[in-house]
Amino acid sequence: MSSLSVSEAEKKTMSNVDASPAVKVQDVSITYRTTFERVPTFKSAIVRFGRGERAVREVKAVQNVSFDVAHGTTIGIIGANGAGKSTLMRAIAGILPPTSGRIEVHGRVSTLLSLGVGFNAQLSGKENVTLGGLAAGLTRKQVQERYEEIEAFAELGEGFMEMPMRTYSSGMFARVAFAVAVHMDPDILLIDEALSAGDAQFKTKAAAKMKELVTNSRTMFLVSHAMSSVRELCTDCIWIHQGKVMMRGEPKEVIDAYTHFLKVGTTEAVSLEDL
Amino acid sequence: MNATSVDEAFNPSVHVYEPHKAGLPPLRPYFKALWERRVFAAEMSRTGIRAANTNTFFGQIWLVINPLLLAGVYYLLTDIIAGGAAREDSGAIFAHMCGGLFAFYYFQGAVTTGAGSVVGGGKLLMNMAFPRMLLPLSALRTAFFRFLPTMGVYAAIHLLTGQPLGWVQLLAPVFLILLTMFAAGMSMIFAAVQVYFRDTSSFLPYFMRIWLYLSPVLWFAEKAPAKFQDYIQYNPLYSLLGGWTDLLVRAKMPDAELWIGGVAWAVAALLVGSLFFMSREREFAVRL
Repeated sequence: MSSLSVSEAEKKTMSNVDASPAVKVQDVSITYRTTFERVPTFKSAIVRFGRGERAVREVKAVQNVSFDVAHGTTIGIIGANGAGKSTLMRAIAGILPPTSGRIEVHGRVSTLLSLGVGFNAQLSGKENVTLGGLAAGLTRKQVQERYEEIEAFAELGEGFMEMPMRTYSSGMFARVAFAVAVHMDPDILLIDEALSAGDAQFKTKAAAKMKELVTNSRTMFLVSHAMSSVRELCTDCIWIHQGKVMMRGEPKEVIDAYTHFLKVGTTEAVSLEDL
Repeated sequence: MNATSVDEAFNPSVHVYEPHKAGLPPLRPYFKALWERRVFAAEMSRTGIRAANTNTFFGQIWLVINPLLLAGVYYLLTDIIAGGAAREDSGAIFAHMCGGLFAFYYFQGAVTTGAGSVVGGGKLLMNMAFPRMLLPLSALRTAFFRFLPTMGVYAAIHLLTGQPLGWVQLLAPVFLILLTMFAAGMSMIFAAVQVYFRDTSSFLPYFMRIWLYLSPVLWFAEKAPAKFQDYIQYNPLYSLLGGWTDLLVRAKMPDAELWIGGVAWAVAALLVGSLFFMSREREFAVRL
């Protein structure tokens, strides 16, 4: 897997590809109110009303975060669970607009977020790819042009693209999701822990594809708990803790600080297999 | 989605995300994005219709079987069980009922599928930025395409029962458009409410059934009980379905109050529904 690592020389040239930032995050805070009930129902609302309780809780997911990311950077976002990494990704993707502050994104964003694939399991893989592409703002023609590449890249096996996605395994889901995300011609690719279900062969292929995108001066955000993959793929790194940026810098230094903070060794527990 | 572009003319791919003013996303880019992605709503509705009947023996023919059975059930109810067939105007009553019922089922279908559209959109909603209003609008399209074949069934009933024909019938689509606007507004309201109260979809069929009985579908507007006559115009479907059946079934120009009421309800529902939906939209991603 050593082929995945980006050499030091490459890293230097890549971070200087373009001076104007691809993503500008300026003093962004994201607060949202959510319910702690799993499924909000009328009955529980009445019961709560009787007890004088409120079901909504305010979550301050991201607080006063600012950073710029230059074109051609692969930036790793690390942090503990619930640190606000995914919320930040959703804000950059435009899914959850910030409560205050400003986010400027230069280029087409493609997302591969942790919550699963934006897919309806009753529909076939092909229909889902089409719907996803159209939702992302492509025209029908553009989707058709990309479809064959997506199908070839996902390598599901004969006829699976025509079958309902409920018949897919989780790895197949991940393959389709990744194939769609990277073939949407993204200028900025957001990847949030989305590869964990793929097998080793697909991970290698995915990593190679990501590297190819970055060398074409695409920008990539990689949210991961796999420190080794952050260290090997990324040229820049941000550590977020409880909604605030703790540190920004060379992946190695940031990861060291983070793992020291967590009081875990850098070598055990995490490896590229968790990519 | 809610991107206000800095220099849209030069670089369409620059997006700026800022807090929503007064809870609403910036409207011009919102509707621009909505228009650009209309193909998505159409495709979504098309795959939905295709998927709905794939497991059944009759498949797409159900789109015609449904209204036929519906007309049959109500024929049984009003003409046979209630003895309506003995009356001389039974043909007119039956045609009026079918014309109103098919339009009402269009409305009901749009609201019911619309109500589930946002919650059903699930992962697509959480992973992608697009104007959420596409989801209820896609449900509206589905309902419309389920409604279209029923008009063929109605045409047959109209001719068989010997109802009048006239040029004024060509105005009926105006009320259909008004009903569509009203249905769009209502389905957006219910779609947003459904996110907060998942029971909405369970209440909705009963709510709709009551609404059907309160609307001039199974009875003629002028034959409403005296004690209801004063309130009847406050039912939006009184003007909308009343005008529709007047034009379509009786080939007669509706009164001015039906026109005014119909337009007012349609515009009000669409405006309130879309503003309410957009104001809640940001929260959908964290509430699902």
